Amino acid sequence: MLRSTDPSASFDTAPRPDPRPGEPHSYPVRTEEDLLAARHAVRAATLALGFGIVDQTRIVTAASELVRNAYIHGGGGTLTLTLLERPGARGLRLVISDDGPGIHDVQQALTDGYTTGAGLGHGLGGARRLMDDFGIDSAPGRGTTVTATRWTTP
Amino acid sequence: MNARPVAGVPILRLGNVLVTGLLDELDDKAALAFTDELTQRITAEDASGVLIDISRLEIIDSFVARTLMELTTMARLLGARVIVAGMLPPVAITLVELGLHLEGVETALNAERGMALLGWQQNRQLPEGAPSAALH
Amino acid sequence: MSSSETATRERVINALDERADKIADRWVQLQLQRSEAGSGISEAELHEEADSVVAALSASLAGGLPVERVVTAHPELHRVITELSLRRARGGASPTDTFLAVLTLKEALLESVQESVRAADDALAVALLINRLLDAAGALSFNTYVEGREEIIGRQSRQLLELSTPVVRLWRHVLAVPLIGTLDTARTQVVMENLLQGIQDHEALVAIIDITAVPTVDTAVAQHLMQTVNAVRLMGADCVISGIRPPIAVTIAQLGIDLSSILTRSTLADALSVAIKITEGDQLRAEASAVR
Repeated sequence: MLRSTDPSASFDTAPRPDPRPGEPHSYPVRTEEDLLAARHAVRAATLALGFGIVDQTRIVTAASELVRNAYIHGGGGTLTLTLLERPGARGLRLVISDDGPGIHDVQQALTDGYTTGAGLGHGLGGARRLMDDFGIDSAPGRGTTVTATRWTTP
Repeated sequence: MNARPVAGVPILRLGNVLVTGLLDELDDKAALAFTDELTQRITAEDASGVLIDISRLEIIDSFVARTLMELTTMARLLGARVIVAGMLPPVAITLVELGLHLEGVETALNAERGMALLGWQQNRQLPEGAPSAALH
Repeated sequence: MSSSETATRERVINALDERADKIADRWVQLQLQRSEAGSGISEAELHEEADSVVAALSASLAGGLPVERVVTAHPELHRVITELSLRRARGGASPTDTFLAVLTLKEALLESVQESVRAADDALAVALLINRLLDAAGALSFNTYVEGREEIIGRQSRQLLELSTPVVRLWRHVLAVPLIGTLDTARTQVVMENLLQGIQDHEALVAIIDITAVPTVDTAVAQHLMQTVNAVRLMGADCVISGIRPPIAVTIAQLGIDLSSILTRSTLADALSVAIKITEGDQLRAEASAVR
């Protein structure tokens, strides 16, 4: 992939060679109103990147699941959006992090039907199916960070 | 007749049918208020059917899906049949990919067809005193 | 960076700046001479491209980046080289022509620098630097070319998919998708999107998916079919699958996929007759309850 140079080797101060370096934008997830604002921001980003209507819906739905998780289980957190570009495709990366109690068993949390609260237990596993790349970093007491990316199809 | 609950969504009555809709801006509090309002109206007005128009919902996540399923179950327990009408194609695709099939929820292509399923005809003369406009 | 390397760089930068037009013209000339099939790019475009590449080369060397990393780490140079190869990939140029574009730039640049550098030692150092710089550019352009071609192939196969999955209206409120050939995930995805849009556009009550001409079905495809059926239901329409041939029935049974809740018929004709009954039944039900 041409997209990025190895960050550990970046002794120079030149910007990354992304044709359009994506400045990450962060949005707080502290109140119910923030959930809606976050969703609108994600929708605007998918529109700007030229995603089709079905992909827009997938990404906004995944984002909605993830920020609601952070709000309910993580006691609030942050959503960070980064616009990505590689030859032939553009992408949107969502990073949702909270300082909540963390997840004991990440594998179990990704299983359909697993729930600790308000949803239907399809939140994490479902969001993973809606995105191309998906990763969870969590441990008890350390909070949870979910990173999810989806790319446009040519 | 057109009470405005906290959710900001009007619930209209057409004969035995209550007609309402959901908007994208549904949060926990609004969902609770809406459920309360709707169940009270079903009992108070002895409704036999409920049409929920969702043609303006741009996404359905598991929270909204759960709200719809609970509404359907509660209404059924109170003796009313619920039709959820007008789901947009991208929303339907995303829902099944999420793994949510809205089990037990009856659907219709649009409000008009949903009303037909609940016993209403497009050209039927409205009873006197009933609101003459559809939901939108 | 050693002082000798700094001096070498200075020489190359000077040549690039002072003889920019000459280098660019020579480069375009060489490309036009060498290319057999033509790069599919007009001479005017080649000139414009050459000017921007020469300017970017000079600017990138002026920064403190090590020469091996200049091409990948200097945004402007990275951009112009990427565009150079994407332009050729999209224009239908061969890989050779794309590679030739960078090789001829090297030649034009070497010719020009050698006119100004007299000492043999200096000339060698300059040649080595230019080689290292443009070999990296060659590698980048080749990578980008391949990805550009993949992008085109991807777009073409998507267009083919659209063509190969027509949604047809068979009856009032009845749609059908006759599927022909091998089904994969991408194709079933397109089928689902087209079908749901068709249902909305035609206010369909029943959608028939005919798989008579589908040779095999694997787990992924069977699951996608199930998803399609479920999505059709969520839209408020019914779904009938027709033409499940014996081998596919065996596969589905062996895969343990539960199709019991799905309406199936052996032929498209049977499916249509069921569909018409459903639409009439719907009409009757509605009339009956309206009269009540």
